[in-house]
Amino acid sequence: MDFGFTEEQTMLGESLARTLERGADDSALFDLGAGAALMTEEAGGFGGSGADILMVFRTLGRAGAVTPLLDSVVLGAGILADAGEADLAEAAASGAARIAVALDEPGQRYDGTVATRAEGDRLTGEKSVVPGAEDATHLIVRATDGLWLVETGAEGLAMRGYALMDGGRAAEVTLKDTAARRIGDVSLLEQPLAAAILAVCADALGVMEKAVELTTDYLKTRKQFGRPIGSFQAVQHRMADLLTEVEQARSAVWNLAGNLDAPDRDRHVAATKSLVGRVALYVAEETIQLHGGIGMTEEYELAPLARRLLAADARFGDSDHHLERFIAVSAA
Amino acid sequence: MDMSFSPEDQAFRAEVRQFLRDRLPARLSEKVRLHQELTKDEIEEWHGVLNEKGWLAGNWPVEFGGAGWTAIQRHIFEEESALAHAPRILPFGIAMLGPVLQKFGSKEQQEHYLPRILNGQDWWCQGYSEPGAGSDLASLKTTAVRDGDHYIVNGQKTWTTLGQHANWIFCLVRTNSTVKAQEGISFLLIDMTAPGITVRPIVLLEGTPEVNEVFFDDVRVPVANLVGEENKGWTYAKYLLTHERTNIAGVGFATAGLAALKRIARAQVANGRPLIENPLFAARLAEVEIDLMAMSTTNLRMLAQAAAGQVPGAESSMLKLKGTQIRQAINDLTRRAVGPWALAFPSEALEGANDDAPPGPAEAAGATRAYLNNRKLSIYGGSNEIQRGIIAKSLLGL
Repeated sequence: MDFGFTEEQTMLGESLARTLERGADDSALFDLGAGAALMTEEAGGFGGSGADILMVFRTLGRAGAVTPLLDSVVLGAGILADAGEADLAEAAASGAARIAVALDEPGQRYDGTVATRAEGDRLTGEKSVVPGAEDATHLIVRATDGLWLVETGAEGLAMRGYALMDGGRAAEVTLKDTAARRIGDVSLLEQPLAAAILAVCADALGVMEKAVELTTDYLKTRKQFGRPIGSFQAVQHRMADLLTEVEQARSAVWNLAGNLDAPDRDRHVAATKSLVGRVALYVAEETIQLHGGIGMTEEYELAPLARRLLAADARFGDSDHHLERFIAVSAA
Repeated sequence: MDMSFSPEDQAFRAEVRQFLRDRLPARLSEKVRLHQELTKDEIEEWHGVLNEKGWLAGNWPVEFGGAGWTAIQRHIFEEESALAHAPRILPFGIAMLGPVLQKFGSKEQQEHYLPRILNGQDWWCQGYSEPGAGSDLASLKTTAVRDGDHYIVNGQKTWTTLGQHANWIFCLVRTNSTVKAQEGISFLLIDMTAPGITVRPIVLLEGTPEVNEVFFDDVRVPVANLVGEENKGWTYAKYLLTHERTNIAGVGFATAGLAALKRIARAQVANGRPLIENPLFAARLAEVEIDLMAMSTTNLRMLAQAAAGQVPGAESSMLKLKGTQIRQAINDLTRRAVGPWALAFPSEALEGANDDAPPGPAEAAGATRAYLNNRKLSIYGGSNEIQRGIIAKSLLGL
């Protein structure tokens, strides 16, 4: 049994962390091979395992980095590779192309109910909360009869962008008789979506580690009533609970990383996303509370961490959605 | 036992409800419902409407221009106002400073300041917390040194809610540093337009500059602006805090929030059905509703005690604790109910945020904004940790 990383994975994580610390842009990350590390050898990469995804995204979460690696590579290139679109998959993994994946529709929450439909090779419909859509060269669109590829310059495609809680951006997307090409069945989503959920959970793990460290430091330095507030037993016990829950989240992330190709993958996806989402909200709320007022301010570094944790829960189905999924999958 | 309201109180509730129907502008209640920030003018507009009716200061005695309501009447007014999504009455002048001046202020101070609070001439803010003095308020360091007919004030206050709109601030300042911390504090009224005062906004995590830092650099304050006696400020501050805690349970806000949550849960879907029919979500909703039913009775039991002449004690700490937990639970469920729309950052004030409106119905952005902003409920007004300490010490004797 081995819960460690390979030498290559450790080195990648370290150089990624250093590069991010220097404030690197997206192209520097792709040059470093962060994209290729998320793809299997068959798909033109040199990684793609659960442990690779865990290492890369935990590092991104710790650094608070906003990158296209989740949407364009893990999800986008992942779908394209499985669909036999090797050239575009490799272009996405190297950063030459940008993919955004349009899954949800307005008002459907996490149901995945889709009304977007094709007539001939034209798509019409509305997609909601599409991360990275504004910077994308291509959209992968979930329609009633499968997955379709749309070039973002295509006629009849409109976007309205806005900021996200995790620091990135998304758009509401409208397609009206927009030229598209069908690339496969909706079932092509399953494996890349499981990998993307692992990525979100690993990212959240990195954010939670950072939030706990920040809070611990604050409790050691902030003094009230003549002593550090971390010396109060009531506060110590809450930090102990917090750390224990983050340890649970770490193991849940390992569970999914190790079972990404297992027959009961979906059970692990649901279990991990449910637990990590629940713990992420707990960590966000509790670290703010333990800081007091300063934890609510934009100028202190906790606020973006807390928002990123909320985003992690709301992405790809929240903790309750996956709790129900877990019950359904376990009963099946 | 009789748990019903008296016929007089029921008639009062009907009167309040009718008044809100007639006089509360929809453009204000709509902004409150969607948790949008009200402008200074909008807040003053609602104060004006209430003042015209004589209802702005329900807690003040009639002799000072208040409505002289009983604790039960005030509760009814607050509950109906919250249910109608009326703007909150600013607590700083009405709920906090007013009672202090009425009890400890000079006749001149009462005659000068109280009418100006009612007619909107003055907007007060609260100068209590400092960067180093939060839960441990008595350790405050802002000094006021006597110089003839003036105090010279130096130091810094923080978390000054809506201080950007205020022209006056009531402050706790240190006038004696050689005695026990609590015994060297005075209560001073300071003109915010005086030279040497700087206000710096603090942006909160949902993107609004709701609070401020206030800096005092050799600010000259007339000695006439001292409330009561020098070095007795801690007594007045504690008196003020008991008034701050009167509506601490927030039953009206919770009830209005629960109704809004149910509306949203009826419109959103889960597994192809309205979310409100989803067993898991329905159970979470039911739990918080059951908690609220019990908590509002705790609130009424304490009101009945107050009506019987008993001074509210440490029991109000339990109301603060449970009330804020319930409101935050409702905020959490509401944010969850809007699904992926909760991914959108609702602020337009922050750099990097877009000018475009967030997606989905207006309730979606409001849900996220309220969730983030209301993390403050368990932090301010004596954090929930401080309340637990009070409960353990005062009620349990531990």
